Amino acid sequence: VTPQPKNPESTADAVAETHLPTAYQTVGPYFKIGLEAFYRDDLTGPNTPGQVIEIVGSVIDADGVSVPDAVLEFWHADSEGRYQEQPQLQPFEGSFVGFGRVPTDADGHFRFRTIKPGAVQVHTPARQAPHILVSVFLRGLLHRLITRIYFSDEPDNADDPVLGSVEANRRNSLVARADPSQSGRYTWDVFLQGASETVFFDL
Amino acid sequence: MDSIDTPPVAAVYRKYQDGILPAYNYPPYASSVKRSPRQPLVPLRQTLSELTAPRFVPPEALSPINLTKGPHGDALGERILVSGRVLDEDGRAVPGTLVEIWQANAAGRYLHAHDQHDAPLDPNFTGCGYFVTDRAGRFAFETIRPGAYPWRNHYNAWRPAHIHFSVFGPAFATRLITQMYFPGDPLLPFDPIFNSIRLEAARNRLIASFNWDTTVPDYGLGYQFDIVLRGSEQTPMENKP
Repeated sequence: VTPQPKNPESTADAVAETHLPTAYQTVGPYFKIGLEAFYRDDLTGPNTPGQVIEIVGSVIDADGVSVPDAVLEFWHADSEGRYQEQPQLQPFEGSFVGFGRVPTDADGHFRFRTIKPGAVQVHTPARQAPHILVSVFLRGLLHRLITRIYFSDEPDNADDPVLGSVEANRRNSLVARADPSQSGRYTWDVFLQGASETVFFDL
Repeated sequence: MDSIDTPPVAAVYRKYQDGILPAYNYPPYASSVKRSPRQPLVPLRQTLSELTAPRFVPPEALSPINLTKGPHGDALGERILVSGRVLDEDGRAVPGTLVEIWQANAAGRYLHAHDQHDAPLDPNFTGCGYFVTDRAGRFAFETIRPGAYPWRNHYNAWRPAHIHFSVFGPAFATRLITQMYFPGDPLLPFDPIFNSIRLEAARNRLIASFNWDTTVPDYGLGYQFDIVLRGSEQTPMENKP
């Protein structure tokens, strides 16, 4: 038995009509059962060109307490600064796509392994330094928070238009710090509130 | 072809109008207070990074998934048939987008280690699944009507029955996670999560409608739930059926 929607072939029946967009709601405490199928904490593969990097950090609330029920999503370009645009036959199988999804663990920590994105300069008016887009979801957040990760060892940061749009004293919250003791390892934390509050964007 | 060197869409997504997005800090929802930012958001101009997203090949035919069949038999509860379309604000279909769903069982219990509500688990019901919208943006699935359940937000707090939906859409900018509610649920006026949306019309968009046309005789009730993503200022070059 299958539901049969009305007007099965009608794809443009309401083009003139403006629909109100669907509002956000929180992921709640039990998102794991719905989102776990596409957890992606390692986007590297034997044939993925680029430098393997690992980003580790925590999500921290107003009391300085780590949040054990957050999920972060990442979206970034490949090592040449290009975004994957070919539609996939099966979600997140096969070659590098650039999408990651990582929950925080019981201690509020996360770990994401990928390849370092290249500078994005095609189809964009100003060259962008290598960066990763991040969506933050958690119980208590009625809609997602949007932020970016840049890399402390990238000279391009100085000319990046998005970093440049952020007050200088808050920019550091967007920059993952290279670990001097381990090549390719970066630390980056999300402060939801407080003196070190991370910069979140209105998109 | 060679779409990596072609702009994916010649579009910028519109701002949400006031009253649709809930406030981050919304004290009636107690968990929001210590987990939401206090600084104003920084405006972000949409760049190629925000205008791209993972995309998927739409299935040739709509093939509804069925959450009601477990390893030992049928899940307990009221069978329902949920169908709808993913559209944008101008009514254009959003084909080939990934939708993930999760929900409590008929007794109001999630198959999750942290859910300690004193209600039975159903060995034949996981309450989760995913699908990719077809060329017309359509989806359909069969499930069990979820139960209401208590939570500790305030005295005698109960969540109205709901199904969680996660939708990617054509761009990072259109990513959406929301909840579908049921018409006539007496708990809706008491629910701070539902009521965090200020605009009544936007709240009502989250309530599925009973659909007689998809209701199957002697089998189950049909509900319609359309998901509307942010529209773009210009006509996308893709996204044509």
